[in-house]
Amino acid sequence: MDSSQLIGITTFTYLFSTILYAIIFIFKTKRLETVATIFTIIAFLIQTAGIGLRWLESYQMGIGRAPLTNMYESVVFFAWTIILIYLVIEWKFKTRIIGVFAVPFAFLAMAYGSFASGISKEISPLIPALQSNWLIAHVVTCFIGYAAFAIAAGLGIMYLIKNTSETRQSTNDSTLLGSLPPLKVIDDITHKTMVFGFLWLSIGIITGAIWANSAWGTYWSWDPKETWSLITWFVYAITLHARYTRGWGGTRIAWLAILGFISVIFTYYGVNFLLSGLHSYGAN
Amino acid sequence: MKNNNPIWDFFASVKLALFTLFILSITSIIGTVIPQKESAQWYIDKFGESTANLFQILSFTPDMYSSAWFLFLLGLLCLNLIVCSLERFPGVWRQIKADNLNTPVTRLEKMTPQHQWQSPSGPESVASSLKQALNTNGWQAEERKVDDGILLFAQQGAMTRTGVYIVHTSILVIFAGALIGSFLGFKGSVMLPETRSTDKIYAFDTQTPIDLGFEVRCDLFNMEFYANGMPKSYRSQLAILENGKVVKEKAIVVNDPLTYKGITFYQSSYQAYQEFLITIVNKKTGVSESAIIPYQQQQNMPESGIRLGIINAEGQGQSVTRMKIWFNDDNGEPSVFWLDNGEQATVERSTSNYTISAKQMYATGLQVAKDPGVWVVYTGCFLMIIGLIVAFFMSHRRIWLYIREDTDNKSSILMTGNANKNKADFEKKMQLLAQQINTI
Ligand code: HEM
Repeated sequence: MDSSQLIGITTFTYLFSTILYAIIFIFKTKRLETVATIFTIIAFLIQTAGIGLRWLESYQMGIGRAPLTNMYESVVFFAWTIILIYLVIEWKFKTRIIGVFAVPFAFLAMAYGSFASGISKEISPLIPALQSNWLIAHVVTCFIGYAAFAIAAGLGIMYLIKNTSETRQSTNDSTLLGSLPPLKVIDDITHKTMVFGFLWLSIGIITGAIWANSAWGTYWSWDPKETWSLITWFVYAITLHARYTRGWGGTRIAWLAILGFISVIFTYYGVNFLLSGLHSYGAN
Repeated sequence: MKNNNPIWDFFASVKLALFTLFILSITSIIGTVIPQKESAQWYIDKFGESTANLFQILSFTPDMYSSAWFLFLLGLLCLNLIVCSLERFPGVWRQIKADNLNTPVTRLEKMTPQHQWQSPSGPESVASSLKQALNTNGWQAEERKVDDGILLFAQQGAMTRTGVYIVHTSILVIFAGALIGSFLGFKGSVMLPETRSTDKIYAFDTQTPIDLGFEVRCDLFNMEFYANGMPKSYRSQLAILENGKVVKEKAIVVNDPLTYKGITFYQSSYQAYQEFLITIVNKKTGVSESAIIPYQQQQNMPESGIRLGIINAEGQGQSVTRMKIWFNDDNGEPSVFWLDNGEQATVERSTSNYTISAKQMYATGLQVAKDPGVWVVYTGCFLMIIGLIVAFFMSHRRIWLYIREDTDNKSSILMTGNANKNKADFEKKMQLLAQQINTI
C-alpha cells in the first residue's frame, strides 16, 4: 500500500460520504447521521495516513520534503483541510446537514487532483526557490483560509436555497428544506467561517511575502498571484465591513461568500492556468 | 473629535472605505490581465499601436501599480483609515475607561439578560460574599454604595476594544514601511564572475550604477543537480571586503542571502563561461600556478614550463561536467585524460608528478536590495495578526450586580451584563455564573 493508493481511495470515500449526507438530507434518515460522521472521519484518517506516507516516501527517495509544494499536493491538502474544518463545525454547531454543502468540495478537489490531465502526481524534488520553511508556512496557512472560504460558500449556497423556499412557503419541517438549520444559524456560521478564513488568508499573504523577500529581496511585486490573493482579501474585507458597519446579513452576505470563493478559485487555479507569473509552479 | 465638517464626514465614512476597497479590487484585476513591465515595443507587438497607446495613457502599462491613479487610491484608503479612526477612537477609549459603577440603576433594570434572586442576608454581607465568589471565577469586582443598595461591577477584556484599531493602524504601518523602502532603498543586480569583485551594482529599472560603499567578491559558484536533472542548489561563496580586507564571508543559496550594512545579496541566476580555471602543483618543487584558459586554446604556464589546454568537454546545456585535458612538459608524449569538473587528478611525468585541478568558470547573478523599510513592514504584519485575533476572537465582557436592601435586613439581587461580541456565548457563561452565585 503506497501513499498514492491511500490518497486515491479518499477520492471515492469523500464521494460516498457526500452521498451519505445527501441521503440524510433528502430522506431525513436520522439514524444514518452518526454513520455519515464516522465514515467521514475514517476517510479523513485514511487521507491523513496517505499524506503522512507520502512525506515518508519522499525521505525514502532521498528528497525529504513536506508534501505541500505542487498542484497535486496542494489540492489534496485543500480537501484534507476542508474535511477537518467541516468536522470541527459539525461538532461545534451540532448540525450534520451542512455536510451536503461542504464535503462535495473536498470530493471535487480530490477528483480534480486525481483525474485532471496535466497534474503530475510524482514526488519530484524541490527546485532551489521552493526550498524554504516560509513556503511551507505559506501554503499551509493559505489553504486553511481557502478551505474555510469553500465551506462559507457552501453555506452561502445553502442559505440562498433555503431562503427562496422560505419566501415561497412557510417553514415546514416536513418539507425537504425544513431540515436545514434556521436561516439565522446558517448566516451566523457563514460569518464565523469567513472570519476564520480571513485571519488565515491574512497570515498566508504575510508568510508568502516573507518567503518572497528571503528568496529575491522583494516582499511584494504585484505579480498576478499576489495581486489576486490581495483582491480576494479585499472581497472578504468588504464583506466584513458591510456586515459590521452597515448591518448587512442574510442574502447579501451569502452572495458575497460565493463571490469571495470564486475569487479564491481564480487566485488558486485561474492564475496558474490563465495568466502568467512567478507562481507558475502549478502549471506543471 | 465630533465635527460637523462635511469634508471630514466624507473621509470618516465607512461607505467611502467600501467604495475604495471595491474600486481597488476591480482595478487591480487589470494589471493581472495585461502583463506588466514589458517594453513599449512588446505592447505594440501584442496589442497593436492604438491599444498600446491607450493603455499607456491610462497608465495600465508598463507599471500600473505605481501609476499616479493607483497610488492615489491607496492614499485615499490610508486617509480614510486615519480620519475614520480619529473619529471613532476617542469614543472607544471612553468606553474602555468608563466608570461603570456610575451606570444608573434604572438602566441596569432595562438591560438583558437579567438574573434575579433574593438573599436572607443584608446587602453588606451579600456584597462581600458575591465579590469573593466573582473573584474565584476570575472577575475582579469593584463596589460602590448607591441610592438604596450596593453596586458591584466587574469586567474582562476592556482593552480588546482596541483590536480593530490595531488592525487599521497596522495597515498604515505597512504602507509607511513600503514608503521608507521606496525612498531610502534600492533594488539592483550584478553579474559577478568567480574570483572577481565589484563595488558597484546596477539598478533594476534604469541600469544606473549604484555604489555599495564596499566590495563584494565571488570566490566560487557551484550548482548541484538531482538525479533527474532538476537543479538542486545554486551556491555562491561570497566575501565582503573593506579596504581590501575580508570582513565577512558566507556561502549564499536561494532563500538564504547575505546581508552587510543593510544591503542584502540574493542568489538569483548564473552564467557559464567558455573558460576554465586551472591550477597545477608540481609535487616535487611545490610550485603552484593558476590560470584562466579559454576552451580549445593552448596555454603556457611559464613558471612550471608546461603547456596545456582543454581539448574537449561534455556537459548539460552550458554547464560542463567533464573535460578532456592535454598536458605537455616536453619530456615524452603529452598526457591526455578526462577530468570531472571541479575535481583534481595526478599526472605522472618522468621528471615530476603534478596535481591538476580544473573547473569551468561561472559568474553568479546576484540580486541586490537595500530596504530599510522591511522591518517596519514586518512589524505592521505582526500587528495585523495580533489585531485580527483580538478583534475577531476576544470581547469586552461586563457584569453588574445590584444589591438592594429589602425589609428585615434581606436583599434582592439583580445581575446583568453584556459583551460587545459573541453575545450568545457570553449569555451562556453568565447564566452558569448566576447559577453558581444565586445561593448567596
Ligand atoms: C484593507 C483595509 C482594512 C482592513 C483589513 C480592515 C479590517 C477590519 C477588521 C478586521 C475589523 C474588525 C471587525 C470586528 O471584528 O469588529 C474592522 C472594523 C471596522 N473597520 Fe476596517 N479595515 C480596513 C479598512 C477600513 C477603512 C478604510 C475604514 C474607514 C472608514 C474602516 C472602518 C472600519 C470600521 C468603522 C470598523 C468597525 C469598528 C467597530 O466595530 O467599532 N476599515 N476593520
